[in-house]
Amino acid sequence: MILHFLNARLIDPEAQTDALGCLTVTDGIITALNAEPPEGAKLIDAGGKCLAPGLIDWGVKIGEPGERHKESFRSAGLAAAAGGVTTLIARPDTLPAIDAPESLEFATRRAADAPVHIRHMAALTKGRDGREMVEMSFLRDGGAVAFTDGVRVVPDTRLLSRCMTYARGLDALIVGHPQEPGLSKGAAATSGKFASLYGLPAVSPMAEVMGLERDLALVAMTGCRWHADQITTAGSLPALRRARDKGLNVTAGISIHHLTLNEFDVGGYRTFFRFTPPLRSEDDRMAMIDAVAEGLIDVIASFHTPQDEESKRLPFAEAAPGAVGLQTLLPAAMRLYHQGGLSLPQLWRAMSLNPARRLGLPGGRLSQGSPADLVLFDPDAPFILDRFTLLSKSKNTPFDGARMEGKVLGTWVAGKKVHGDNA
Amino acid sequence: MFRARHLLGIEPLAPAEITAILDLAETYVDLNRRTVKHSNALEGMTQINMFFENSTRTQSSFELAGKRLGADVMNMSMQTSSVKKGETLIDTALTLNAMHPDLLVVRHPQSGAVDLLAQKVNCAVLNAGDGRHEHPTQALLDALTIRRTKGRLHRLTVAICGDIAHSRVARSNLILLVKMENRVRLVGPATLMPSGVGELGCEVYEDMREGLKGADVVMMLRLQKERMDGGFIPSEREYYHRWGLDAEKLALAHPDAIVMHPGPMNRGVEIDGTIADDINRSVIQDQVEMGVAVRMACMDLLARNLRAQRGAMASQAFEV
Repeated sequence: MILHFLNARLIDPEAQTDALGCLTVTDGIITALNAEPPEGAKLIDAGGKCLAPGLIDWGVKIGEPGERHKESFRSAGLAAAAGGVTTLIARPDTLPAIDAPESLEFATRRAADAPVHIRHMAALTKGRDGREMVEMSFLRDGGAVAFTDGVRVVPDTRLLSRCMTYARGLDALIVGHPQEPGLSKGAAATSGKFASLYGLPAVSPMAEVMGLERDLALVAMTGCRWHADQITTAGSLPALRRARDKGLNVTAGISIHHLTLNEFDVGGYRTFFRFTPPLRSEDDRMAMIDAVAEGLIDVIASFHTPQDEESKRLPFAEAAPGAVGLQTLLPAAMRLYHQGGLSLPQLWRAMSLNPARRLGLPGGRLSQGSPADLVLFDPDAPFILDRFTLLSKSKNTPFDGARMEGKVLGTWVAGKKVHGDNA
Repeated sequence: MFRARHLLGIEPLAPAEITAILDLAETYVDLNRRTVKHSNALEGMTQINMFFENSTRTQSSFELAGKRLGADVMNMSMQTSSVKKGETLIDTALTLNAMHPDLLVVRHPQSGAVDLLAQKVNCAVLNAGDGRHEHPTQALLDALTIRRTKGRLHRLTVAICGDIAHSRVARSNLILLVKMENRVRLVGPATLMPSGVGELGCEVYEDMREGLKGADVVMMLRLQKERMDGGFIPSEREYYHRWGLDAEKLALAHPDAIVMHPGPMNRGVEIDGTIADDINRSVIQDQVEMGVAVRMACMDLLARNLRAQRGAMASQAFEV
């Protein structure tokens, strides 16, 4: 089977180019760029729209096992395909946690239901309780791409340092959540004028800086490969920059929500805007966009967190944090593109190439020999989001009713069309 | 004039609306001093007081206000009800809504809970305090007390002292007094001062002596021991030494300064008992009296708006 995309705006995150061209796919592999269509190829006219590597969404919560009513591998996979996400990296914060080869095997088996690639992260400690290390080697052999306790911080620094040292021996990647748990206990907002006026329990952004500094010191001590799941405040950037300059093997990510929303969006206690960490000030948001442009922050992800209506229809501080994001990651990122903060190749470096590199995955590139995981989209197509049209089982999106631009026209996984007309 | 469906906070009110509420409350102050204290403003209407947090003073004030206006008043102590059996706030609201109340008076320990509830019912909702957010009738009764004793509600220097962080009374008062163009000072230990409040149009003082200098109104707040999860102040006696209102500190305020307290008081913690009882300075009993009148005014206005809205809907149906 040969596919030939012509008249496409090719977004190449490796070469950092955005130019009209054509692309040939043979048996699920990208075989040529800007070449003549081979004989017998099925021609696909992109009509001048953008063709880019499919998104790799790092940190997706799926309700299996334990909360299948919130999200299943099947529903998450369909939402991902509709959102242009061709690989999703599942989080281990399920019930029970993915902390043993057996539960990892269950999740891997269930993931076969989804039309997109799914890779798994495993917990760092058993039950994510911060007391005992998981069987890292077994889990890695079972396919775990990284180890994380999600938003739970391991408070015991001695245990964490041993986990890191052990991981170094396996060349495994640890994903941390930079936060000082004492300071942020019970917090639902970022401290400041807004939280004070609304009377919400709040935490200073400094709690993130403290957590980051601690973890970076441990990385320097142990030499392991480490990734910060979400860096959301300007105060964290100097520490991150110092670690990079020292040559530590450190990368960082941020959620699309922290790049496109700020603390004032919570408005009249809208619980769909409750996140962990909480939304930050506008100054922080702008600083984060610059940090992504510069490459100091490597990864943008949706941190897709499905919550049912009952978990959200509560007073703000009691409501569950998180939002679904698989289908809104791309249109929300288009806000950054249209506002001029980030170019399409820069965005795709953060949403596709960098996650692939960091996790050792083959996708995320438009080069010859890469898998044909592709998304065709119109960056300018406008729409008003209705949350009930989302394919996710949970509909908790902060963008409900928002005016957005950027529509996915087609998604291909290994050369097979999984979303769009005639999929 | 006040046209809103609910009274959820001071923040959405315009200065003219505040004045209108206080003007109407004045008439109820007169009514309440007569032997026959009845009006028929809420005749036939049902008022439900839902208190998810213990309260004797506010609840009885609302109950009395409703009864004097002729409403059928029901008190629900939510501490012992189905909430304990796991019912959500929304379900409780929907259940009550099905009984067709006209006024819901709600107090809840979570900020924003009353706003949430107001979205789900089709009667008027009156916020009687939500978490650390707002307590609008308290700010209005304080404003009425100030206006009656000081003769005006503008260009006054008001010092709000004590546990600002846990206080919805402080927030509502701050918003109201700034709206009415007064000079507001927040005085208290830095651990009990919410971050960023200096940007809300007030001055922040840690030294109470500095904060009280020349103040026309000294508003004391209760130290909310039940909301403290440890470590805000070293001890009550040290707190009293630095931030308790005694004669020596009060001497720094304006010679005519009045002393207010929303109650219940912790004598000897935030206020010296003799000052609280000094009829020349303390207006604490007046505050309680104004409370009933202000609540009558608020419920009267909400009932008028409710009738106007239902009338409009009915005539619309007739036209069709």
